[in-house]
Amino acid sequence: MTTLTDIKSEQAKVQADIKSQGLRVLVCAGTGCVANGSLKVIERFKELGANVRPMTQQDKVTIVPTGCHGFCEQGVLVVIPDLNVTYVKVKLEDVEEIVESHIKNGKPVERLLYVDPKTNEHVFENNKINFYAKQTRTTLKNCGEINAESLDEALAVGAYEALNKVLKGNNPDAVIEEITKSGLRGRGGGGFPTGLKWKFTAANRGGKSYVVCNGDEGDPGAFMDRSVMEGDPHKLLEGMAIAGFAIGADEAYIYVRAEYPLAIKRLRIAIKQAEERGYLGNNIMGSDFNFTIHIKEGAGAFVCGEETALIASIEGERGMPRPKPPFPANKGLFGRPTLINNVETLANISTIILKGADWFSSMGTEKSKGTKTFALTGEVNNTGLIEVPMGTTLREIVFDIGGGIRNGKKFKAVQIGGPSGGCLTEQHLDIPMDYDNLIAAGAMVGSGGLVVMNEDTCIVEVARFFMNFTQNESCGKCVPCREGTKNMLKILERIVKGEGKMEDIETLQELANAVKDGSLCGLGKTAPNPVLSTLKYFLDEYVAHIKDKKCPAGVCTAMKTITIDETMCKGCTKCARTCPVGAISGTVKNPHKIDQSKCIKCGSCLNACPFKAIKQN
Amino acid sequence: MTDDIKTLKVNGKEVSFTDEPNLLEVIKKAGFTVPTFCYRPDLTQYGACRMCVVEVKYPNGRVVVNSSCTMPPEANVEIFTNTARVRRIRKTVLELLLANHDRECTTCEKSGACELQKYSEEYGISTLKYAKKTEAEFLPIDNSNPALVRDPNKCILCGACVRACAEFQGHAVLGFANRGSKTVVQPLAGKELCDVDCVFCGQCQAVCPTGALTINSEVEKAWNALNDPEKKVVVQMAPSVRVALGELFGMKPGENVIGKIYAALRQMGATLVFDTNFSADLTIMEEANEFVERLTKGENLPLFTSCCPAWVRYMETQHPDMLNHLSSCKSPQGMLSPVLKTLLPKTRPEINLDNLVVLSIMPCTAKKVEAKRVELSKDGKFETDIVITTKEFGKMIKSAGIDFKALEPEEADSPFGEYTGAGTIFGASGGVAEAAVRTAYNMITGEELPMLDIKPMRGVDASSRCKEATLDIKGTPVTVRVVSTLREAEKSIQEIKAGTAKFQILEVMACPGGCVNGAGQPTSCEDASIKVQRAEGLYTEDKNLTIRCSHKNPDIQKLYNEYLEKPGSHKAHELLHTTYSDKKKGSYKDFSGCV
Repeated sequence: MTTLTDIKSEQAKVQADIKSQGLRVLVCAGTGCVANGSLKVIERFKELGANVRPMTQQDKVTIVPTGCHGFCEQGVLVVIPDLNVTYVKVKLEDVEEIVESHIKNGKPVERLLYVDPKTNEHVFENNKINFYAKQTRTTLKNCGEINAESLDEALAVGAYEALNKVLKGNNPDAVIEEITKSGLRGRGGGGFPTGLKWKFTAANRGGKSYVVCNGDEGDPGAFMDRSVMEGDPHKLLEGMAIAGFAIGADEAYIYVRAEYPLAIKRLRIAIKQAEERGYLGNNIMGSDFNFTIHIKEGAGAFVCGEETALIASIEGERGMPRPKPPFPANKGLFGRPTLINNVETLANISTIILKGADWFSSMGTEKSKGTKTFALTGEVNNTGLIEVPMGTTLREIVFDIGGGIRNGKKFKAVQIGGPSGGCLTEQHLDIPMDYDNLIAAGAMVGSGGLVVMNEDTCIVEVARFFMNFTQNESCGKCVPCREGTKNMLKILERIVKGEGKMEDIETLQELANAVKDGSLCGLGKTAPNPVLSTLKYFLDEYVAHIKDKKCPAGVCTAMKTITIDETMCKGCTKCARTCPVGAISGTVKNPHKIDQSKCIKCGSCLNACPFKAIKQN
Repeated sequence: MTDDIKTLKVNGKEVSFTDEPNLLEVIKKAGFTVPTFCYRPDLTQYGACRMCVVEVKYPNGRVVVNSSCTMPPEANVEIFTNTARVRRIRKTVLELLLANHDRECTTCEKSGACELQKYSEEYGISTLKYAKKTEAEFLPIDNSNPALVRDPNKCILCGACVRACAEFQGHAVLGFANRGSKTVVQPLAGKELCDVDCVFCGQCQAVCPTGALTINSEVEKAWNALNDPEKKVVVQMAPSVRVALGELFGMKPGENVIGKIYAALRQMGATLVFDTNFSADLTIMEEANEFVERLTKGENLPLFTSCCPAWVRYMETQHPDMLNHLSSCKSPQGMLSPVLKTLLPKTRPEINLDNLVVLSIMPCTAKKVEAKRVELSKDGKFETDIVITTKEFGKMIKSAGIDFKALEPEEADSPFGEYTGAGTIFGASGGVAEAAVRTAYNMITGEELPMLDIKPMRGVDASSRCKEATLDIKGTPVTVRVVSTLREAEKSIQEIKAGTAKFQILEVMACPGGCVNGAGQPTSCEDASIKVQRAEGLYTEDKNLTIRCSHKNPDIQKLYNEYLEKPGSHKAHELLHTTYSDKKKGSYKDFSGCV
């Protein structure tokens, strides 16, 4: 009988170490904040905080570079939990003031506090920041709280405790049962019940099988998987090991896009640490369970997020999807049974094991349990990475967490689920967001990209943008996707150029349905969603482009007309001299004219006219 | 209903199934067809064209649409192959493909045999909703070699060629590049076919549903020669042509039409009609002799056959260090031409080297390239002048207005028309080896092989791509390995390199199943049994011929007595043997007489 590592005593040891660190100053070292200069901020803090005795009576100050806090647009973020304060947009030159004023003397630096967009007041306490107040951070909990490159810090917050528990229990079926009971569904987009997927793969136990983690986060704007990999890599590794134990696999791959160098670096560090300390590798924690994890860097093809294309890519083939069935659970990587889960799904596992399926299923809606992360971007006041219980309404996300629309503009729509998702409108603001409600509304949870659009957004242009994306990222294998998206794009391009015909709408609709129905893989099957949903909710905007040759949002260049108000024009000739294409003619002191056939609608004359005589509609 | 017989319903009709690889085959079994571009029974299932989509209704009421070529058959499901939903998908696929297609059908080599054309007609596509391919979207045509023409503007990206290249030849000369609508099939790094290690087997062309890959036609050249009163056109045709050509005229695969071929050629203006089967016998004399010599000396074994030009090019470009294994014998096509060019002017006053044109009809695209080898030329002239494939020959007969089916069979001319059963089975994978063994046995023992049929060497289906037989030649065991496809050949080469090979003769044919399934034959990729029927046609002829061993061919004996002396003689070497060289670096053009 083997003796398992006593994880609790390991934990107690590292927790004591962390306590002895004194006042912890958490500085975000996620990709966003690093881009804003957080590495230099960290150095400066280390320099200035070295021999400081904080006003909290703790022995010393320790600077901790952490993973992403989610509130990227406010970076560099500095959080001091013991002072219950968050500083935003911290620059190198601000560090001294924070140390001197707040850490040493207890006086908060007001100008570096977050300003609530509704009240326009500084927020002094962490839990009062509207961006965080309505979130339930479980998957992302440790991101932003621990040093992602330290195994000790991960252990202190419970890493590998769940793995220890399942190894102690030594009952793989019970693990699958627990995951099934929790109601967890795939967070990569499809929403397939995770427990069921594990069960199907486990049915092939006995021979070689694999666990594959899909970290090929390709949706433009989505970065939850990157945050987990960068901010809490051990949580992912632990989830994978538990999955491996449950389905009887001893080898795994994490497929990460090469555009995520920091995630790759931190995963590599984490794997090495875990192997050195016996949390991965052979005889994990003294058991007879072996589990090795490899990293495979993807070359950044959107389609490689599709599981069969991802498998082909790991095998060294061109990333093209393969028909299903056979499903990876039966015949996957190198022809062996393979469990593929997305990063966020796997990052949920350890907490479910520790806190129980009932805890997990107490959150969410009837058919969608737990929490979901969303990458909130676009025209809202607070953008960033958020995590909310399933069933949270769009209104809560946009207006509470997001703090409402920027510059007091009007809300128009959200594109949810990335290029595979759909556009939702004001009428959907109060539906509880979960897998099934979103599908019913013509969108999908997808990986959780959420782009908020205001009244200045042209919906047809949005549809064109996403269609352009999917057309470029189509692998080119099946006809409906390759040729269908190309022709949908051609039609949309015509419409935004003002060259659309009314029958284009019908053709677009027909083609979209055929592409959705006939495509080989998920990419093609979902590619028409942005078009179908915008046709459904914003048909009048399409018609305006086609019939009236007008872009209601005033975005589409081709449909702008720039004219000179003769009554206001003083004939100063400034506009004629500015025009790059010589479209403006007129003599001095006489009203000028724009030749519409020459005008390229660049708007130079608009800015040049000192009398505001030039108008655009 | 018992447990082991499973059934499902196709359009309401119950059909049983056992080990059918996919739903499409079960649908066929039920008597229905579904259109497809990318499904080829001998290649892996791909699921890209979406033409074979069907509705599958499960017992629980769930209905899915999926490609039938990739779905495993499942018991108790109901399949619907013609619903509005699947027809709409198929129509959209056709409309989309046509919009992006160079639709110059009338001048397309594939016109009439094009699957896109066929389905478009069947589905009644009369107008196109989508924007036509623009001038800027047209890509250059690759016409760089004598065997194949690649026109990317007619490619529908079904991937059959890519799979054929990789799965048959293990060679992956063709691959996909780019993404989205810019995706193309192209040789490595966008080069032309002549600049990569293409062996010109043409299987990519054989599986291509459209005119994207076609045979580089020499029909015009052939007609020009036949119609030129100054020229004396002398024809030879390969064994497997006779069991496939009839298919183009509504006859069954495997039906032997050789007598009609001779007759048609005379009507078309050929001066003399001979038969490559004769020189297949000649090849056996030389190759069996070569083998016996090597066996006695114990050197350069195993002996590799050299009839297949794709295989020869593969050796020259991939394994030039092992060229000593290749038989120095020219191929049967390569042997007959110099024999004709040397002996005909001596015996027939009306024929001289200036007016003699050797026209060769082959099941093969690589033979066109073989004919342009500098090694097979003399005084700056190629020994074989024109090579056309079975398909091209079929077109010529049609354009000549000949009622092929009604032709009275005729005999070949003498003396290079007489052949034995050994010569005729060259057309099927295993035939060369079987024929060689029949004669080698006689050369070693002076006796005749008691049982001429060597069954383990026969079989041309996908499961017979590597066959082996060991024969006891008076106490000496000789093991013969027969492989078809270069992918299989490569495995044998690796065995030799590893020192684990236990065979003394390696017969290689690059096309799966041998020349019966050659890339110049009428299209046979939709039905895997066609090549089997063609091979049966050859073995039936072998069985029915009175003389079944090459060394017993009286005209062969006469040729040796009157001119060549004996197998392996100086004269035989001069006329019938060739050399090989390292062609690893450089373009195909560097090694050929082509300009």
